[in-house]
Amino acid sequence: MKSAQYFFRLVAILLAAFGAGTFVWTYVHHEAPAKAPVKAGKDRKKAPDFELKDANGKVVRLSDYRGKVVLLDFWATWCGPCNIEIPWFTEFQRKYKDRGFEVLGVSMDEDGWKTINPFVAEKQINYRIVLGNDQTGDQYGGVEALPTTFVIDRDGRIASVHVGLSGKKEFEDAIQKLLDSPATGNGA
Amino acid sequence: MRFKSCWILPLLATALSAQMAPTLKVESIPTIKATKGSAATVTVKASLPAGYHANSNKPTYSYLIPLTLKWTGGPLQTESITYPEGTTERYGFQAPTDKPLSVVTGEFSIVTKFKVPSDAASGPAAQTGTLRYQACDNHACYPPKTVPINVTVSVD
Repeated sequence: MKSAQYFFRLVAILLAAFGAGTFVWTYVHHEAPAKAPVKAGKDRKKAPDFELKDANGKVVRLSDYRGKVVLLDFWATWCGPCNIEIPWFTEFQRKYKDRGFEVLGVSMDEDGWKTINPFVAEKQINYRIVLGNDQTGDQYGGVEALPTTFVIDRDGRIASVHVGLSGKKEFEDAIQKLLDSPATGNGA
Repeated sequence: MRFKSCWILPLLATALSAQMAPTLKVESIPTIKATKGSAATVTVKASLPAGYHANSNKPTYSYLIPLTLKWTGGPLQTESITYPEGTTERYGFQAPTDKPLSVVTGEFSIVTKFKVPSDAASGPAAQTGTLRYQACDNHACYPPKTVPINVTVSVD
């Protein structure tokens, strides 16, 4: 009985040490986050709709984009990793727009358009930007790390989620896969 | 039964390894003795968890949010604030052409020199301020946060 206790104690300690090691290793080495595969159609959840304003004060709803593949990017001007992805998204917008694709940037800048507009001009961003808020972030599961990007299918369902800096090819593969799939009418 | 709680540790550790915003810890500041008409110094000691950085007070790029200490209330008058000199680092999220970033990591201190007005009221008082920072790791950045700073000042 006593040896069984020792055995379980040893296993528990080893597992705890493994877990703690994983935790420390992840934080110290900051390996790239796991890739976000495109979910099968049956596993996709509806992307929450929202109403946000663009730089001209025009109300933009996610549902306006139904029938298109949408790359929904939560970002901010002060976010270095976001700055890496923005040129990719600009390229995707140019490359795939005619196939029914749109990038929609949700800026989480507290200072609003006075900060965003010069940045958009400088980076020559060619897709629509709307000003986000905490409520929008909460709708999408509490967006805290930026960038956080959702790739949404033609039915308005979330096909993949990318938290933090992701790979250009990863995004492009997801976009192409979704563009090749017609709308099914299964969006809620 | 006692062992059951141990099984949760690996699961907890795995869950914690998901990306989450770091918390900047600020050490509690001991009571400052301030004599009217003289100077007083307050050192704010703070630390970030390993693997995270915050922009220094003089970030490399103008669009980055600097580490900023603001004194907002209390009997002392701010004379100068000395921030830690940022270290320059390159991160995985930077383009090869980007300049290294001026950042603070780990433990750092911010030193404020105050003037104690000769007409300050005697006795204990609260000196209050805020420390604003914006942190990132190698893959993601987190929204700017503001931490309250409170110091008890004993004026005589």
